[in-house]
Amino acid sequence: MSAARKKNGKTLVVVLAIAALAAGVWQIRPLSPAPWTDAEIEILRSLWIASLPPLAPDPTNAVADNPRAAKLGQQLFFDTRMSANGAVSCASCHQPARRFTDGLPKGQGISSSKRNTRSIVGVAYSPWLYWDGRKDSLWSQALAPLEDPNEHGSDRVKVVELVTQSPEYREEYKILFGAFDPAEDDAIDSALANVGKAIAAFERLLMPSPSRFDDYVAALLDGDEDAQAAALTTDEILGLQLFIGEASCTQCHNGPLLTNNEFHNTGVISFPGEVPDKGRVAGVREVLADPFNCSGIYSDNAAADCTELEYARTGSELIGAFRTPSLRNLENTEPYMHKGQFNTIAETLRHYNEALPAMIGHNEAKPLGLSSRQLRQIEAFLGSLAAPPAPQIL
Amino acid sequence: MPGKLIRFSILLLLLQVSVLAADTEREWSSRRGVYKISFEAELDPIEINKIHAWVLSVRTSSGAPVTTAEISVLGGMPLHDHGMPTRPRVTEYLGEGRYRLEGMRFHMNGRWEVSVTVKADGIVDTAVIALDL
Repeated sequence: MSAARKKNGKTLVVVLAIAALAAGVWQIRPLSPAPWTDAEIEILRSLWIASLPPLAPDPTNAVADNPRAAKLGQQLFFDTRMSANGAVSCASCHQPARRFTDGLPKGQGISSSKRNTRSIVGVAYSPWLYWDGRKDSLWSQALAPLEDPNEHGSDRVKVVELVTQSPEYREEYKILFGAFDPAEDDAIDSALANVGKAIAAFERLLMPSPSRFDDYVAALLDGDEDAQAAALTTDEILGLQLFIGEASCTQCHNGPLLTNNEFHNTGVISFPGEVPDKGRVAGVREVLADPFNCSGIYSDNAAADCTELEYARTGSELIGAFRTPSLRNLENTEPYMHKGQFNTIAETLRHYNEALPAMIGHNEAKPLGLSSRQLRQIEAFLGSLAAPPAPQIL
Repeated sequence: MPGKLIRFSILLLLLQVSVLAADTEREWSSRRGVYKISFEAELDPIEINKIHAWVLSVRTSSGAPVTTAEISVLGGMPLHDHGMPTRPRVTEYLGEGRYRLEGMRFHMNGRWEVSVTVKADGIVDTAVIALDL
């Protein structure tokens, strides 16, 4: 071997060693400088928790922001006496330790409910409640499980009796809503609505905390590279790039709560042994006919702005469509989707990657064609949206 | 070579002109050219997930305000093959060919098409307003 070739060989080894070292460093150090265009930074800002606007007042609920009502609402939320068997409360399914979900495919009250229990953290921002949006306010939603035979299985007379007559609630109820007079027209239904309004005042306080993703955006906007590196790993950043780019997740999972609270058919298969769930197409009919809706007589402001209800869309396009869930705090909230069809985030991402035709209606999602590595990166990013549990409640 | 360069420069200029035109000229002719439609959104710039109202202005091709229009509005995203999350409708005539359109809301970023169908004096024509949100 000539001297020149030997030298070349050595150079090659050195170059390879440097390349290997650089690759290693690249693996452990987050991307620096951050790989974002101005437009992408605006998208990141829009997903940032600090971009969450103050919660709008709810004129249909006179006690929506009354701390006293929230306190009563919290007590009611955890009170198992509001059930037929004395064992079911709102918190049976909406468990605080599980981000107000229950870890089951479908909620389990008196018996199995029809759908998966959604988290209620940040839900006060949604114009619609439930997977199919069959309720249009927190207070109206809170009434339905009480009388659902599969959930609390109680009835409004018993619920109203408990809240207006029992020693621990009677005075609070009177202070907030006036003395209960059974002789009044509609006394039971009005008092039932009040029960929902107190529970809603409590639920309005359940808000997500900042996550590592939020720390990253704050650091990015500050130009603080060390704080960026501390907040997200390279894989998480690459996952975030896919999330707002190629994977099109922000089409529906947008805004600071990572949901548009709208209804989409994404071709999720039906629950084993069940016919496909019609979703929003049925939910919108129910909410329009609901006496406890925004424009009904139990609303505290007859002149309230019920624009969402008034201009709600109906029709066949909503067949099999379900409300987009928030992606904050996914950990410990499996299984996912409206009937808990997927046990893991990885399984859910594979579903979107394939985007097969829907069983009913049409799948709005298009196949993504991402590699399994890219899917893992998105999953890593989703993990960065976890935050400490919702703040200590009242 | 200089010829190519000139052609390329002209192309660039044209592109710029068309971008400027799209930015400032907010008037859309209906398909058969019967009406000219423009709008002002109550929410400017338009943001997703916020319900808001528009004021539609309807004129004839010669510029006269259309005062007796029956208007229907349908929006959607061609790429996703779905419509708007709301069903907007005209709620009030404001005079001078202007109409209040309520219930507008977009729930996704991307290309939207809002079809405004106008019927006046028995003549129906539709303008398609394209929006990139």
